Amino acid sequence: MGNIIKVDNVSMKFNLSQEKVDSIKEYVIKFLKREIQYNEFWALKNISFNMQKGERLGILGLNGAGKSTLLKVIAGVFKPTEGKVERHGVLAPMLELGAGFDMQYTGAENIYLYGSVLGYSKAFIEERFDEIVAFSELKEFIDVPLKNYSSGMRARLGFSIATIVEPDILILDEVLSVGDAKFRKKSEKKVMDMFDKGVTVLFVSHSLEQVERLCNKAMILEHGKMLEYGDISKVAETYRKIIE
Amino acid sequence: MKERIRNFFRYRYLLWELVKKGIKLKYRRSYLGILWSLLEPLLTMVVLTFIFGTLLGHNEKTFAVYVLSGRLLYSFFSMATNSALRSVRGNAAMIKKVYVPKYLYPLSGILFNYVIFLLSLIILAVVSLVQGVYPTWRTLEMVIPLILLLLFSFGVGMILATVGVFFRDMEYLWNVALMLVMYTCAIFYYPDGLMKSGKGWVLKINPLYSIISCFRDTLFGDPMNMKMLLYAGVSSLVVVVFGVWIFYKKQDEFILHI
Repeated sequence: MGNIIKVDNVSMKFNLSQEKVDSIKEYVIKFLKREIQYNEFWALKNISFNMQKGERLGILGLNGAGKSTLLKVIAGVFKPTEGKVERHGVLAPMLELGAGFDMQYTGAENIYLYGSVLGYSKAFIEERFDEIVAFSELKEFIDVPLKNYSSGMRARLGFSIATIVEPDILILDEVLSVGDAKFRKKSEKKVMDMFDKGVTVLFVSHSLEQVERLCNKAMILEHGKMLEYGDISKVAETYRKIIE
Repeated sequence: MKERIRNFFRYRYLLWELVKKGIKLKYRRSYLGILWSLLEPLLTMVVLTFIFGTLLGHNEKTFAVYVLSGRLLYSFFSMATNSALRSVRGNAAMIKKVYVPKYLYPLSGILFNYVIFLLSLIILAVVSLVQGVYPTWRTLEMVIPLILLLLFSFGVGMILATVGVFFRDMEYLWNVALMLVMYTCAIFYYPDGLMKSGKGWVLKINPLYSIISCFRDTLFGDPMNMKMLLYAGVSSLVVVVFGVWIFYKKQDEFILHI
């Protein structure tokens, strides 16, 4: 069995310029005065790991440790400055649900729009349309423009669209706290069903308890570097020491 | 390369959705809706014909057709390139959150303006018939300048989209540049005077003028000027190749600047 995800020596650099130079006049002046300086900031540094089918990796770390950046690199949103990421299979990125929603569009129109953003075909969305609406429990609001939805309703719709595929890789960034208590339970069950089908999972959460419950592997990130990688029980123990 | 083509097909439905979204949202909540894409150029034509025709003395019957055709092509170019210029920054929230091939943003903006432009050609057809400009078999050749117009706008749009990410000023600069383009397109005057005075080069170096001029030739049933057609074709090809090249070279850096 080959690797489903292969992260090979990945580093990600951001330029945090002190003042953002984004006009030509400023650029020319600063260039002539040789004043352009960037504060290089490495959000990720030399990260390498492999994941096999069915592995569920929890990513632990404090704020700003690079967790979300890592997920975005794996999802293809960022291209790493150095290193390489290989992925095989269908990916369901649940990073920020509803990126690509249009507020003036109705719920129904947004199902097609967001579905196409996730790379679904038209036929596929048409076929699953009712299922998406049913799961989101938004049937009576489906022809209302999205700007009139509450944030919980938007998140529910986003979750329902994103989880309609049967993915090989699932990327979860704090999304299991969507909607009200009832919907949360339902969404967790849906994710669990995917787990049973042997999906490979990358999971970010601040709740160590949740990570321990859902994952069998874990890693700790600190300032963009990988401190530890291994079985959940061992890593959780280290992490507990860090946060105390 | 194979990967790129497969990716293109995977996301062609998204391209279609984005084009549709542009059209739908442009006219949503206005009473006349999509009819505005016909009415707006018609009203502008009336104004331009009144000012340049009646007041400045172009009394030919076909002057309205002449003005409208130039104005339609120019305003497509202006709208399309402006939307491409803003496309990457305008979709920053989405680009930061989800992977979508980035060329879709400028391309969808250009295509949706193109669809509206093609629709507005209906008005040109109506005005032509009313003013006694009837179609000939040469009218079919119109397809060539229409394709060149799309290619040229796409090329320029890709360049602007790339530059616009790094320099916000481009939005203002481009509007000034557009004004220059407009005046050197001979939209509401006949180019003969300029040509005779030896200053014809200001029109000739403008590829958009060549495209508009070829389009008018086909519209009025004349053979296209081969020199202009060649210039329009070559410059369209050059900007498309350069635009795509610079966009692909820089697209991975976009995210660090938006």
